[in-house]
Amino acid sequence: MNFEEVKLLLVEKFGANVITGEETSGLQHALLIEPDMIGQVCLELRNNTNTYFDFLSSITGVDYGTEINRFGVVYHLASIPFQTQLTLKISKENNRCLNELPSFPSITAVYGTANWHEREAYDLTGIFFEGHPDLRRILLPDDWEGYPLRKDYKNAEYYKGIKID
Amino acid sequence: MNITDSKYSAALNNYHQKIAFAATEDMVLNMGPQHPSTHGVLRLELITDGEIVKEVIPHIGYLHRCFEKHAESLTYQQTIPFTDRLDYLASMNNSHAFVMGVERMLGIDKDIPKRVEYIRVLVCELNRIGSHLIAIGTYGIDIGAFTPFLWCFRDREHIMGMLEWASGSRMLYNYIWVGGLFYDLPVGFEERCREFVDYFKPKMVELNQLLTDNQVFINRTANIGVLPLDVAINYGCSGPMLRGSGLKWDLRRIDNYSVYPELEFDIPVGKGEMGTMGDCWDRYKVRVDEIEQSLKMIEQCLDRLQNELKRTPDFDPRAKLPRKTIPKAQDYYVRCEGAKGELGFYFMTDGKSEIPTRVKARAPSFNNLSVLPEIAKGVMIADLIAIVGSIDFVLGEVDR
Repeated sequence: MNFEEVKLLLVEKFGANVITGEETSGLQHALLIEPDMIGQVCLELRNNTNTYFDFLSSITGVDYGTEINRFGVVYHLASIPFQTQLTLKISKENNRCLNELPSFPSITAVYGTANWHEREAYDLTGIFFEGHPDLRRILLPDDWEGYPLRKDYKNAEYYKGIKID
Repeated sequence: MNITDSKYSAALNNYHQKIAFAATEDMVLNMGPQHPSTHGVLRLELITDGEIVKEVIPHIGYLHRCFEKHAESLTYQQTIPFTDRLDYLASMNNSHAFVMGVERMLGIDKDIPKRVEYIRVLVCELNRIGSHLIAIGTYGIDIGAFTPFLWCFRDREHIMGMLEWASGSRMLYNYIWVGGLFYDLPVGFEERCREFVDYFKPKMVELNQLLTDNQVFINRTANIGVLPLDVAINYGCSGPMLRGSGLKWDLRRIDNYSVYPELEFDIPVGKGEMGTMGDCWDRYKVRVDEIEQSLKMIEQCLDRLQNELKRTPDFDPRAKLPRKTIPKAQDYYVRCEGAKGELGFYFMTDGKSEIPTRVKARAPSFNNLSVLPEIAKGVMIADLIAIVGSIDFVLGEVDR
């Protein structure tokens, strides 16, 4: 099933609002999805016998820069039976306040892969996933402050009183 | 600024409570971070009931080197040495994947000379053999067989020597560059490589006699750590891990990148010969069979490199190096078959600078390790060692 057919399928199933846009300028096309629908969209794409996107390659948390204050998550799906790939993107504006992290629904219930990948996105870019079973930091220590892959991140000078050179 | 919202600390509190409860009801056992069979600095927190593992909680990140942070502050060419340090046992495969992604974004992937492509595949397959030899050797040592480890390292040393001859470095090569190679192969490399293949083939037979068909080894690995195919796919396992569960899924064949469509090779899969399909023995056997396939590919590469793509005095592997590495603004996800599985790089570029705005490395070991808590539920502690060894992860890649 190609990109256009996947788009039609999603619109047919969830209505026209599910797709907020698309990126078709580069080599790989991406579908922009309504953030709240991502769980259902992934479930449908995985279970539908015409798409079978059963393999989640990766989840990337993205900070789109300090000018537009937008955070997003990029999903790379692959279908093993049909040997196709698909990129889904969701994004949201956020004021960068550490008490109000950008929050997206977790898709751990659909893909087991999402568990560690969402933890990584939370750890490095500070994106919160609603409904994640165990959203702790994964690569950095539990008491680390800040999210290093944010564009406004300032390198820590001390960690537990130890100077970082 | 302090984070006050309790929903961000809820998971951490739950975890601490779970450990505190387990410490009174059961026993909490730490395996690692300095444990010989964790193959690096991995800490596994086990909640045990006697000899039975009730739950495994992996703690990773001890080797975190901020690869993604580095990659978004350095140019593409400068990032290649950092990719070498991801899966440091198969550095060539990492650089190959990264370079392929950049070349495709630049649109120069079709202009790369055939000889360069064949050399890339040749060194990648050599490195894959090296990586699998470590996997097999250290797996033997985990289970208690010391000799195969020494034999594997002896043979791997020849590969290390050859790659050092080509690139100047033993493990972290920086050999594959965007648009070409660091240098052409040294004079006499092809002949030396052929000698190695002839030397190595009988050694594999010996190794099989010693380890693969060893009854003690089979008893320790067959029917242990069975990974059903649906779980493997759901957790994003790839490479020998996925093929061990019986699925013929090899990106060298699926994506047909580089010169792999011109090479003849089979994709070994687990068949459950000694026990259940997808057990530790199957995963081990897939790696052994892949070594043979890699040898086959190396011979075919050598055939072409010595005949129609023979070295010429005016051949310059750096001829196609781009002056400026500025891809147009786009997102691109490249995937290729590393030694451990699907290795992917996701680039986001703005079309203005030589530095990408975001790079994500999709490491195969990271995903392969994430299935461990699932398949290690209810096994004996001794079997956990066998399972961990059969996953064959490299912590440099898990932690990035």
